[in-house]
Amino acid sequence: MNKIDKIKKIVIEKPLKLDCGKTIHNFPLAYETYGKLNEKKDNAILVFHALTGDQFASGKNPITNKEGWWSYALGPDKAIDTNKFFVICANVIGGCMGSYGPSHLDNSTGKPFGTNFPVITINDMVNAQYNLLEYFNIKKLFSVIGGSMGGMQVLQFISNFPDKSHTVIPIACTASHSAQNIALNELGRQSIMADHNWMEGFYAENKKNPDKGLAVARMAAHITYLSKKGLQEKFGRKLQERDDLKFGFDADFQIESYLRYQGSVFVDRFDANSYLYITRAMDYFDLTKQFSGNLSKAFEKTSSKFFIISFTSDWLYPTPENREIVIALNAIGKNVGFVEINSDKGHDSFLLDIPDFLNAVKNYLETSYKKIK
Amino acid sequence: MKKEFFTIAKLLKENSRVLDVGCGDGELMKYITENITENVRGLEISKANIQKCIAKGLTVIEGDAEKDLKQFPSSSYDFVILSQTLQAFLDPEKVMNELLRVGKKAVVSIPNFGHWKVRLNLLFKGTMPITKNLPNEWYNTPNLHMCTIKDFVNYCDKKKIKINCPNLNYVNFFSELGIFIIEK
Repeated sequence: MNKIDKIKKIVIEKPLKLDCGKTIHNFPLAYETYGKLNEKKDNAILVFHALTGDQFASGKNPITNKEGWWSYALGPDKAIDTNKFFVICANVIGGCMGSYGPSHLDNSTGKPFGTNFPVITINDMVNAQYNLLEYFNIKKLFSVIGGSMGGMQVLQFISNFPDKSHTVIPIACTASHSAQNIALNELGRQSIMADHNWMEGFYAENKKNPDKGLAVARMAAHITYLSKKGLQEKFGRKLQERDDLKFGFDADFQIESYLRYQGSVFVDRFDANSYLYITRAMDYFDLTKQFSGNLSKAFEKTSSKFFIISFTSDWLYPTPENREIVIALNAIGKNVGFVEINSDKGHDSFLLDIPDFLNAVKNYLETSYKKIK
Repeated sequence: MKKEFFTIAKLLKENSRVLDVGCGDGELMKYITENITENVRGLEISKANIQKCIAKGLTVIEGDAEKDLKQFPSSSYDFVILSQTLQAFLDPEKVMNELLRVGKKAVVSIPNFGHWKVRLNLLFKGTMPITKNLPNEWYNTPNLHMCTIKDFVNYCDKKKIKINCPNLNYVNFFSELGIFIIEK
């Protein structure tokens, strides 16, 4: 069996009008599920992935043979307990794990879309994934959960579909992408586009790949997922398999070697154009602007319970940005809980084994689930 | 549960909206949720306590009453509770104003520095009083602004805050704790 055949897909036939103005239809959305949907269909959770994630949130990813990106949090007896809950996770449109994206074939040319793929937004991603509720015949989800860009999708989802989830858990995210984050994303994009193998986005049809550009983009991004303290403690000025400096430009330091490794493994699993499209979608995300500068209005119609989580050392989506969501919800008297978790692991904390974080999610889900029964 | 919490809970009305400021591990919130109204929220500064509240299924926001009450709209709660923390704030007056802005009514309890044991302690020992309600030494107490029941009632009168406390001198001498329901 071909690896790609292990990807489950639905084909969304009905037209989806994108924010850019174009309309798409008959497009694939790749997904994976964990656990079992119960008879009442009240135990479903939609998990949204972050920039470089995919639908394989837990267990072994059949394509990369690596552990799923949220294996610490999701699985039997874990924080999102798949013995109790039915979890759906889909690859975002614009992605490269089976969903409609820039590496998809353009029927009109017979070649991959490349940069002819339409620019998509967080709103488009969420609207595409909404079709999964119909597919599984779920009237109301028990929860929508996601970290980072996944958290942005969570916020957009409940704003678009206010009565479609009992609980809403945005983690380490923002309602409006900051200038600093746009700048960092632009750095990654420029790095990809500066690689002569990028070929204005049409590298696939030319049998090329902008590996170097994509690797540098990943290296830069990877630094933003960690914290200064975390880096200092893990690497410090430790040297890489050498006793002294070599007075050259090899990876003298362990941190250099580590970043180079992160870059090199990333290009094997991720498409450069997807990286451009998805970072663009993040940059365009501004839920506050969608509601004329009043974020509270995004949540006016929902009676869902919100639980917002941030991490002390996350400087990419820092606590004050998460707290703005809390403030917007409080301003209109919504049911919102908020906790900032102590961690020196930076933005990546939401992917890691941080017991306070995982316990909070587990307890919140399980006590909330009892109440809807 | 502390006797004080039963007294506070009795002052609340059924189905009212309640905010417990400095809700600790959520013991009082849990009691209120189960017995009086489900519409209860908490504000708490300690991360460890927040974890305990989440495990109890309570809705709690991490925050500092001195900074974070401002995010709540005026009169958004029927009752705002503040149990034995007023004296620990840097600026208790600011917190009082915020309590009375956010809540239509506030339920405030204070350890009474006018209790006879405290008075005798200071009178005969000549040292800062240490009692059951005030267990800390002067150098490690979280209590920055101790007051007596009489001080608190006088303050409310001066600021035109409605408060009801009959037999003030008697109460001020014999109560270890003052629990008041106040409103602007």
